[in-house]
Amino acid sequence: MSESRPGEAGAVPQARGVLLEVRGLTKRFGSVVANEDVSLQLRRGEVLALLGENGAGKTTLVKMLFGLHRPDGGEIRLAGEAVRLRSPRDAIARGIGMVHQHFQLVPVMTVAENVVLGAEPTRRRFVDRRRAAAEVRELSERFGLAVDPDAVVEDLPIGAQQRVEIIKALYRGAEILILDEPSAVLTPEETDELLGVVAELAARGVGIVLITHKLREVMEAADRVVVLRDGRVVGEVAPADTDEAGLAALMVGRSVVLRIDKQPASPGEPVLGIQGLEVDDDRGRRAVTGLDLEVRAGEIVGVAGVQGNGQRELAEAICGMRPRIGGCVLLQDRDITGLGARAIHDLGVAHIPEDRDKHGLVGSYSVADDLVLNRFDEPGFARWGRRDRAAVQRWAEQLIAEFDVRTPDVHAPADSLSGGNKQKLIVARELSRASVLVVAAQPTRGVDVGSIEFIHRQLVAARDRGAAVLVISAELEELLAVSDRIAVMRDGRIAATFAGASATPEAIGLVMGGATGH
Amino acid sequence: MHLDRLRPALLPVVAVVVAMVIGALVVLAAGASPVAAATAIWVAAFSGTGAIAATLEKATPLVFAGLAVIVGVRAGLFNIGAQGQLLLGAITAAYAGYRLAGLPRAVHLPLCLAVGIVCGALPALLAGVLRATRGVHEVIVTIMLNTILVNLTDWLAGGPWMEQGQPVSRTPAIVGSARMDRVAGVPVGFLLAVAMAFGVWFVLDRTTFGFRLATVGANRNAAHYAGISVAGATVAAMTLSGALAGLGGAVESLGVVGRFEPGFNAGLGFDGITIALLARVSPRAVIPAAVLIGALRASSTQLQARARLAPEIVDVVLALALLLVAAPIILRWLLRLRPGSSPTEVHLTRGWGS
Amino acid sequence: MAGSLVAAFAAYGIWGFRATAVLGFAVRSSTPLALAAMCGILCERTGVIDIGIEGQMLLGAFAGFFGAAAFGVVAGVFAAVAVGALVGAFLALCAVTWRVDQIIAGAVINIAAAGFTSFLYRPGRVIGSLPAWRIPLLGDLPLLGPVLFRAQPLTYLTVVVVIGLQVTLVRTPWGRRTTAVGEHPGAADTVGIDVARYRYGNVVAGGALAGLAGALLSVEITGSFDRGMTAGRGFLALAIVIMGRWKPVAAWAAALFFGVLTGLVNQLNFGQVIDIPPQFVAMLPYATTIVVLAIFGTRVRPPAAAGRPYP
Repeated sequence: MSESRPGEAGAVPQARGVLLEVRGLTKRFGSVVANEDVSLQLRRGEVLALLGENGAGKTTLVKMLFGLHRPDGGEIRLAGEAVRLRSPRDAIARGIGMVHQHFQLVPVMTVAENVVLGAEPTRRRFVDRRRAAAEVRELSERFGLAVDPDAVVEDLPIGAQQRVEIIKALYRGAEILILDEPSAVLTPEETDELLGVVAELAARGVGIVLITHKLREVMEAADRVVVLRDGRVVGEVAPADTDEAGLAALMVGRSVVLRIDKQPASPGEPVLGIQGLEVDDDRGRRAVTGLDLEVRAGEIVGVAGVQGNGQRELAEAICGMRPRIGGCVLLQDRDITGLGARAIHDLGVAHIPEDRDKHGLVGSYSVADDLVLNRFDEPGFARWGRRDRAAVQRWAEQLIAEFDVRTPDVHAPADSLSGGNKQKLIVARELSRASVLVVAAQPTRGVDVGSIEFIHRQLVAARDRGAAVLVISAELEELLAVSDRIAVMRDGRIAATFAGASATPEAIGLVMGGATGH
Repeated sequence: MHLDRLRPALLPVVAVVVAMVIGALVVLAAGASPVAAATAIWVAAFSGTGAIAATLEKATPLVFAGLAVIVGVRAGLFNIGAQGQLLLGAITAAYAGYRLAGLPRAVHLPLCLAVGIVCGALPALLAGVLRATRGVHEVIVTIMLNTILVNLTDWLAGGPWMEQGQPVSRTPAIVGSARMDRVAGVPVGFLLAVAMAFGVWFVLDRTTFGFRLATVGANRNAAHYAGISVAGATVAAMTLSGALAGLGGAVESLGVVGRFEPGFNAGLGFDGITIALLARVSPRAVIPAAVLIGALRASSTQLQARARLAPEIVDVVLALALLLVAAPIILRWLLRLRPGSSPTEVHLTRGWGS
Repeated sequence: MAGSLVAAFAAYGIWGFRATAVLGFAVRSSTPLALAAMCGILCERTGVIDIGIEGQMLLGAFAGFFGAAAFGVVAGVFAAVAVGALVGAFLALCAVTWRVDQIIAGAVINIAAAGFTSFLYRPGRVIGSLPAWRIPLLGDLPLLGPVLFRAQPLTYLTVVVVIGLQVTLVRTPWGRRTTAVGEHPGAADTVGIDVARYRYGNVVAGGALAGLAGALLSVEITGSFDRGMTAGRGFLALAIVIMGRWKPVAAWAAALFFGVLTGLVNQLNFGQVIDIPPQFVAMLPYATTIVVLAIFGTRVRPPAAAGRPYP
């Protein structure tokens, strides 16, 4: 808060070329303050990075800028004029474009149709398809965004879909372009390409708000950085005046010590052996392509990789949730390739699924029922097909105490819990039982810092009890903190493996991005 | 505080009362007397043991139809075809009831019920299998099956299974050894229905099987994760739902109509939807809901005779009640309920595809 | 298309008036189905499942008939359209504003429509049905003349509606936006398309078409009203929507297919070539639907957001 914030008080200094100015913006959801007194400026041709951890309030802020949320206080000024953005339509009309984290494209329509949607060029009341395609082609050439206007969006790779989103904003005459976590789904190569596009756009006078929590991108692409923490602006710096460590300290509010205390691993017998595994994704495309991997008892193997390189399919295939097309999966030398989710679970495989709300729990169930979601018919919890609800309740009460799940009682619906507590509920269920193998996919996604540490310690504890642990994560920091070995997954197979001690983010990042492994 | 808890439970009651008030206005508008209509309903439905027995008889298949819908809803399925399954159960039970004359009662009656159960379950099983294996929405299949089964039973009753020597298309009368009588003025079928309501409650709310169905209904992805077979639960729930509907039809034939006659059971399956929602998808609450609707249905002749009203006024009132429970926002507004306290909000629609 | 035309004339050459009768029946019986299916397409393409078509048709038939009896045929048709639209507005209110489960809302409409029309029904009135319009020259063509060009006005209107809807859905901004709203309402919303407004508009318009389909039954085809006279046509329309893969002209073709199928079996029955009880003839389209869905079930792809409230 020590940094200067121009235009905060008193008169209105009409800085030259200021496209967007935000003053004292505040947004609450119930009792939660998502943004408090946020002020910032964006100038023409400038790349402004909005840096912050998950939950720091970046997304809420830009949703207000795009008319998706209404501020509870403060004001938004565009070209010096205070505006009220009631809907995305208002924002678009005033020259704001946004590329959402989850692409807002209609999969069954073509690129050109998506780009012109809502603002179609017409000829005698019909959509002028030729002109639409021509405009897309013109924009894509002018800004170096290669796409085929006639391609159907669902057939395009992720990087191309993102380019379509950018063209969509430019077509609408965006002078301000908001990019929400644009690199989350990209490979490092695609990210570099994107940053090139961003520089090109800025050079042509577009003001860009780049939301990210990746320091490298900030250092590379931003002219100025605004750091958010707990919904407030905690600093504003130019990359030239700082370094990654400085930014990280601002972002987290303390020096980053993610590495937790743990004894060196003493790997035993191989527990999980995967040979030549082939798995399809939801759309029937081969996502895991001949993957080999071994995890031994008493070690944590981390799987790194850019999202969408088959990690999700790998975890689901190991745990029996997804059919295995080829190869085999061995658990303690037993072939479990053909077994279903429950049979594998009963063999002692714990699974913390990637998407906790979709797979991990039933939101409308009580905490107690969710704590036995995959054990409800085990002898302790049911007899002769009749559920022993008293036993379930006793067990649940024990677990929520042991794993510090914050809930009023075990009868509260799981949906009433915070994200971190939901995750702890799942961790409690999965790690409360003797397992030979733990598969943890994105175990700390969207979880507060305190819970992250707790969950990491639980994973290490499972290892120390002799379980083989496979952690799949998009956060390199996390993998570096917990793993004894790190395998990098690319294009559906393991591209390289690093010993935990010798691994560096740079080396891993290089392999993730396509360099040949060792 | 206490009242706030009670209010959502009161909702269906209020819905029925409001629907009846609006119904009274409709009666007035139609130039008849609401008082006369109310008297007619009371006399027909509740005055004397005979009337009460008749009401309970009417309520019996409705209990089964309501339970059939509830079993589906718990697993996230909408069995809109309870109507057709009920018809098939009714006619096959009637067939077994007249055709297998000579069997001892202890064999004949259970056999007839079993026939009804199996034949009601079969079409629902088909819908369940198509849903589970081919991803065809059960609503579409059961709607198609409704029309098919209406026509099939129509044909059977007017063709191969028709009673000889008279012009009406209907089956011969069910013989005594398969008839369900009254015990101390209460129809046996109704007792069976009450027992079944408690049975379904126990199965759905207390057993691991019920937990499986509910998990699939609440979050099929989580069910898949937990190793519960989504396909298995879908087929099981549809089959059980159809079996209950078929049993309802069988009880109707064996205990009330005494034969199968096309048109006699029309609309029962759709009343099942109304009852399931009035009961807020709770099996035990089906009993009062079914008795209420049974009472209204039992009064149709009296309505015509005493109040000079088309008996379809009952359908109007039921449609209004259904509307009020299905769109709870209206009642919430009437009752000044806080938006947070959510009454019957059933969600089944997941799109046509999945 | 050309192939079926050739087949039709070949049949005409061989069986003469029978072919005319079959095709005439097909056109007559498919018209209300096609119109009702257009309601389903409009609703589902915009993301709202309407299983209340049956009820909307029934109310339309009712309003059409009694409107016609009281104020003349044209007033009857308008009354049917208005009532259908009104019920559509109710469905939209349930689905969009109240976020009631759409299948339950549709079931409510069906139950309520059956109740209201039965209660208010007064037997014994008749009206003249709409006169046929014979299109000059074309009406004198062999086969095609009696089948296509001597129809009643609402039949011609249906053709216009089907083709018009096909063209507008594919080619106009409204059509593309409707598709976007039904496939990915979030995407539509973020480019400033008012999802609720599109859903309301299309569901109301769909209701109007369903009402018109009802009027077609009571005012144009039979000139009378009966309890439950829609006899499951609104439900069959749902199947036709799926078979037509949510495309107007294809759905119309599916409706015609059912018409030809039923007409053919009827003719063979009349000609005593075969002896199939009428109940089985009535089952035919429904059974075909189940078989077709069982075979192609996994391949049909409905609008992705159909049935899901937004946001």
